[in-house]
Amino acid sequence: MSTGKSSIAKAFRSQTFRRGVLAIIFFIIFWQVGSSLDDWIGIDLFGIGLVPPPGDVLAAFLEVIPLPGYWMSWVSSFQRVITGFLVAMILGIPFGLLLAVNRYFRGVFFPPFEILRPIPPLAWVPASLIFWPTNEMSIAFVTFLGAFFTIVINVLGGARSIDISYLRAAQSMGATQLDLFWKIILPGTLPSIFTGAAVGMGITWEVVLAAEMISGGGTQGGGGLGFFIWNSYMGGSLEQIVVGMLSIGVAGYLSSSAIRKLGYTMMPWRRLF
Amino acid sequence: MVNKTKTDTSGEKPGALSIRNVSKTYDPEGVNVLAVDDCSMEVAGGEVCMIVGPSGCGKTTLLNAIAGFHSITEGIIELDGELLCGPTKPKADQGADRMVVFQHGALFPWKTLTENVSYGPIVQGNLGKAEAEEKANHMLAEAGLGSFINKFPGEVSSGMARRAEIVRALINNPKVLLLDEPYRAMDALTKQIMHESLLETYDRTGVTIFFITHDLEEAIFLGDKVHVVTTRPCQLKKTVEVNIPRPRSYETQSSEEFRKLLDEVNEAVHEEAVKAFQAGEREMA
Repeated sequence: MSTGKSSIAKAFRSQTFRRGVLAIIFFIIFWQVGSSLDDWIGIDLFGIGLVPPPGDVLAAFLEVIPLPGYWMSWVSSFQRVITGFLVAMILGIPFGLLLAVNRYFRGVFFPPFEILRPIPPLAWVPASLIFWPTNEMSIAFVTFLGAFFTIVINVLGGARSIDISYLRAAQSMGATQLDLFWKIILPGTLPSIFTGAAVGMGITWEVVLAAEMISGGGTQGGGGLGFFIWNSYMGGSLEQIVVGMLSIGVAGYLSSSAIRKLGYTMMPWRRLF
Repeated sequence: MVNKTKTDTSGEKPGALSIRNVSKTYDPEGVNVLAVDDCSMEVAGGEVCMIVGPSGCGKTTLLNAIAGFHSITEGIIELDGELLCGPTKPKADQGADRMVVFQHGALFPWKTLTENVSYGPIVQGNLGKAEAEEKANHMLAEAGLGSFINKFPGEVSSGMARRAEIVRALINNPKVLLLDEPYRAMDALTKQIMHESLLETYDRTGVTIFFITHDLEEAIFLGDKVHVVTTRPCQLKKTVEVNIPRPRSYETQSSEEFRKLLDEVNEAVHEEAVKAFQAGEREMA
């Protein structure tokens, strides 16, 4: 149990940080050695021998840096992720809370929700391509679905597991139903909302990339990172494929860091854990 | 057996509880469980009333009925001569005149101690935010928590959290403080400190205390009266008057009188504990 001794926490954090940097450096060395072993001593390491070495990938990366198309891919993927994610949050949080607090609402909406929930977002792609008028809208819709179900199920679970003593204590002190909702149920559910958001964000990236590949995306720039990878594959540039993959890794990391940061700011009482 | 005195509310301290012939039947899926059966007891205003009985005997059911968390099936409960619940109204309204301190602690984890304590006066609209927080801080300081006002409950020890929770209850000026085994999970040393702190609080405020426990020494050390109740269904078995003068200190616990009372309570409780154990064995068989 950490009791928030800031100096200890800081030292721990920086050590973790150093360890993390070291791990990444080792990973790159391993990658370099693995992919160059064939050239050096004539032994082809299974699988990894085919991967372009980090140096080549870096060169490919330097090549795409000045291209506006590459950065446009970032922008359009991010736009899709954020749109789908935000809509999922805006609809999912109230929907989950309503399911939690109202028995009748739950009775009506939970069964169909549970039937739709197990359908993988990608299974929705063909139907939504037919249903929605533009490619863009169907990608956004599928992205939204990816996050929505996860967020709802987390909010519902979180709100339902709030200790009843909190509600009783607040009511005894004179809280109205509205007070209960805003001051007890909402903050009590916040940790679960953030868990749902973090998981949902991950799913959103998965879905957006796949949807971009399937739908073909249209133009180079508007296609997003998914299309960037697909396009590199069609063009036969293995290095660029890896550049695209790593770009997604970084984009996903940035997104989940943003959520963690927000959670840290919004839930000061959770910093002790 | 049943200690029935007519409560005269005029000119007495507030917080007199009259529990008369109360029964409670739970009916989970058609299986009738009689938790409280024809239970009567009187608690005078300003009295520290300790309820002692085996685990799962229905003590908490009684407390929940007083607090308004659960309905009762039969009987009547009055506070200062006013009906809380009875035949016409099976479930009491929840109110700040009866504040509960819960078994597992129920400080809001997302609020600091100040915010927790000032919550009641603010939602009731009795005080503005600034005034409420000032009063909260003052009361927390009185309880020895002055340097922890800005901490979250997760950052303080369980003993401090429990003291803060009692402060959170007291700021609402309750007539009765309802405590449901609040010190159950604590080690003996912390418990001792908690007892002294509660006694100090009682000497200062004189609030009526309805305290559930199965720690007999705790019951005698804190209480004016110890009501021993039977195993399920809960009924009053014996009332032991504790005539040890206040203020009490930990030395009280080594006195001859204390030992004698302990034996008396122990005998009554032991009988019930054996019954409860045997009933449990029957249920398991």
